[in-house]
Amino acid sequence: MNAMSHTTGGNAYNFGFLDEYAKKEIRRAVLKAIAIPGYQVPYASREMPMGRGFGTGGLQLTLALIGPGEVVKVIDQGSDDSVNAVNLRQFIEMTCPGVSTTTRTAEASLIQSRHRIPERPLTPTQILVLQVPYPDPLVVVEPSEDKRKIMHGEADYSRLLVKLYEDIVQFDEITISHRYPTRINGHYVIDPSPIPRWDVPRLDHAAALTLFGAGREKKIYAVPPHTRAEPLAFSDVPFRVEDFRDAAGRRRACARCGCTDSFLDEFSSDAGEKVYQCSDTDWCDEKLLRKESLRGEAA
Amino acid sequence: MNKVLEVRNLSKIYGPGCPHCIESTGPEADTNLCPHCGSVVAIHDVSFDLFEGEILGVMGESGSGKSTVVKALYFDQAPSGGEAIFFDGDTQHELFALNAARQRWLRNHRFGMVYQNPNLGLNFNISAGGNIAERLLMSDLMDYGAIRERAKALLARTEVLLSRVDDLPKHFSGGMQQRVQIAKALATQPPLLFLDEVTTGLDLSVQARILDLILEIQQELKTAMVVVTHDLGVIRLLTGRAIVMKYGRVIETGLTDQILEDPQHAYTQRLVASAL
Amino acid sequence: MSYVAIKGGGRAITGAAAVTEFLRTEQGLGNPAAEPLEIDTILHQLRHLVDRVVSEGGVYHPQFAALAVKQSLGDTLEAAFALRAWRSTRPRLTATPPLDTSRMRLIRRISSAFKEIPGGQMLGPTPDYALRLLRLELIDESPDAFRAVARDWLGSCPEAQLPDSFPKVLDALRAEGLLPPLPHPRPLSPGERGESSAFDITREPLVFPVPRSAALATMARAETGSLLAIAYSNMRGYGDVHPTVAELRVGYLPVLLPHPVTGELAEVGEVLMTECEVVAMYAATEPGGKPVFTVGYGACFGHNEVKAISMAILDRALQKGMQDGPANPSEDPEFVLLHVDGVDSMGFASHYKMPHYVTFQSDLDRLRTTQQKSGEPA
Repeated sequence: MNAMSHTTGGNAYNFGFLDEYAKKEIRRAVLKAIAIPGYQVPYASREMPMGRGFGTGGLQLTLALIGPGEVVKVIDQGSDDSVNAVNLRQFIEMTCPGVSTTTRTAEASLIQSRHRIPERPLTPTQILVLQVPYPDPLVVVEPSEDKRKIMHGEADYSRLLVKLYEDIVQFDEITISHRYPTRINGHYVIDPSPIPRWDVPRLDHAAALTLFGAGREKKIYAVPPHTRAEPLAFSDVPFRVEDFRDAAGRRRACARCGCTDSFLDEFSSDAGEKVYQCSDTDWCDEKLLRKESLRGEAA
Repeated sequence: MNKVLEVRNLSKIYGPGCPHCIESTGPEADTNLCPHCGSVVAIHDVSFDLFEGEILGVMGESGSGKSTVVKALYFDQAPSGGEAIFFDGDTQHELFALNAARQRWLRNHRFGMVYQNPNLGLNFNISAGGNIAERLLMSDLMDYGAIRERAKALLARTEVLLSRVDDLPKHFSGGMQQRVQIAKALATQPPLLFLDEVTTGLDLSVQARILDLILEIQQELKTAMVVVTHDLGVIRLLTGRAIVMKYGRVIETGLTDQILEDPQHAYTQRLVASAL
Repeated sequence: MSYVAIKGGGRAITGAAAVTEFLRTEQGLGNPAAEPLEIDTILHQLRHLVDRVVSEGGVYHPQFAALAVKQSLGDTLEAAFALRAWRSTRPRLTATPPLDTSRMRLIRRISSAFKEIPGGQMLGPTPDYALRLLRLELIDESPDAFRAVARDWLGSCPEAQLPDSFPKVLDALRAEGLLPPLPHPRPLSPGERGESSAFDITREPLVFPVPRSAALATMARAETGSLLAIAYSNMRGYGDVHPTVAELRVGYLPVLLPHPVTGELAEVGEVLMTECEVVAMYAATEPGGKPVFTVGYGACFGHNEVKAISMAILDRALQKGMQDGPANPSEDPEFVLLHVDGVDSMGFASHYKMPHYVTFQSDLDRLRTTQQKSGEPA
């Protein structure tokens, strides 16, 4: 059948999968997002060959920004080898010939991530792309997008703050665990994607550009380098990151590399014991390498 | 005395409007519905001044347009015409020339509103204290302890039991809901307060206590108020001056005592007579 | 340890693809007569599956739709998804002007508003009045008998002179002044010049409030079941459209595109479409104006009658919601248009299967802290 002749195989696709008009539109949205820090720029999100919710927004950003010579790192839950990260990385390799991939944070020029910001501080030459399921922090207090747009425009976040107030009244704590609402450059409040609270302070005055892509909800927003990013809180009830101290108050360490200042994953070993390990696998590997080389020098 | 509010030629028409709307409606025409285009002339050519610490009554039957006046001034509904100037210390704000963000700022910081229906003034899904906190947060107070203290003080002042500060207002009685609304409206100590039929539908004894509360507040804080009501008793008790409205027009204006003792307009005479 | 379990993610993905491919071809195990499903077979014998996929995929490419059905093992959500993703790689080179559906080459056309309609009712291929009894004889259908059916039917058909086009039922009502005037722009004919003024949802994001053409385009490629469920809520009582099907037509619509040199419109092919126009509760056109019936419009690629009817009802409901404010979910443009897309909704439902342990760690931290605090004396 002749219809079949112009299909199949990665080679039949344009560099970066998307057609060039789509890439241009995304780049324009990115420029606008950088110019208005924290503002959600609507764009005509394209369907990607993976499910909505699997990072199609982040992937469209990556594919629109990527060029030959780029070094790309893809992580999910902090890990390069998580199924979804592998899937996205393979797709980028297939559709972007000439692009190399890495698992080393330090080597990457473009990092696409879901749910984590790498532990190692990013540099001015790096771009971080975060995958976003829910772009609008106001959705918990206002279902209508039309009304939310006005609230954002007027920086009217009192209903969100009341939620924090009610939390403290009821639980004596702010119960928001991840997706912590964060005010950018003193105006727009963003949903920083489902990163843990641990990662939020790293958006503040970061050296690297952070881009947020919501494919299903069709929005792009940005935290430009050296921009204020302040988690919403009360002056006398400060924002707090996850607490990794044990019952005795000691900071838990990674069971693998011994690190005591990284975000830890908790799980049960086959023997039924609680185990803690670095969520950022590259960070953990690096610490481990350094430890081993130190040991080598000592011996 | 310092002027707080100056309203001139305020009008509001619902519908497309036509050149005959004004001449075909009003007390003489005995309707507010334009027979030519079907528009409702809710208010037309309403003017008045309000001074510091003064309570002005706006009275009339339902359909007279009295609620539309305060809804326009509190930015709930944009008027079709006219202007209003709010004098705030040394600053003057031309209310209807402001952009939406400035109007919202004034609403949150400098105005207060108590609605007949507590549903409009309160969020029933957050606690009584949270309702007050919302207004304080709108005015950029960001200290939890201070917000909490202020909410409790306001509820105490409006005689709401402090044990109920964290309860949802939907479980409160009608009278208590109005007290929470008043506490919320007063949270930012606004110099101007709008009260729209706040005691309508409440038991007489509850009404009396709320009216007392309003008077006390006016004496303590020198808040200027516009009180909208169809109840001559409320007008008599609270207000020093009043305007009488019918089918969207002001038909009589003056000192409250004067209006109640010696009404000039036939309609006001009937209204006063029927209440006695 | 479970940490190690996520290592080898690449191997796991390859394995999952291989076992799925095994299921697709399993029939061939030790069975020399087994043959792969031909695209042509899907196109013809599973035509409604293809219709659904071209419609939800939003690309009129029946061959690729059939291929998508084949590779997704018959999962329509997945098949429409693959077609959409393919579409993302194609630039938009041109756009058609509004097309004239009275020029459709019809295979079916009915009106429930009138007993007789100009041009006549034409039942065509429909299961509407078929008894839904299992046809057990099809379990073991012989190829000879199969081939004979179509041949015999064609042979017994009387030669009928069908007109090229049929008038629209709504045109008669409109001429009588019972309907609001036709919204512009007017459909164009070959030889004329003109371009599309419709909102292109594939190139522009929906920013509410959206124009009616954006709502119609969104529903035209919506997932059939989602559209039906929301329309059904309106029919049952969460709404009051009370529709009468003025006309439902299925057929091939000539597609016009501007000639690249002359700019004149020329016919470039035809697409199979279903179109439904419902007449609903009347309303005043303007205060003091004469009341007229209101109209709901539905149209989509392929032969999908339930979808076209659902869309027409929702179009009417949304117009009401846009005018008076939504009184129920089916009248709320944001509620309807943001929840009917199959690719969006199935993707998000599936994404919950992905690892979420960083966020869950964060949840654990909050719960433990809160529990701890509630255990403390106040």
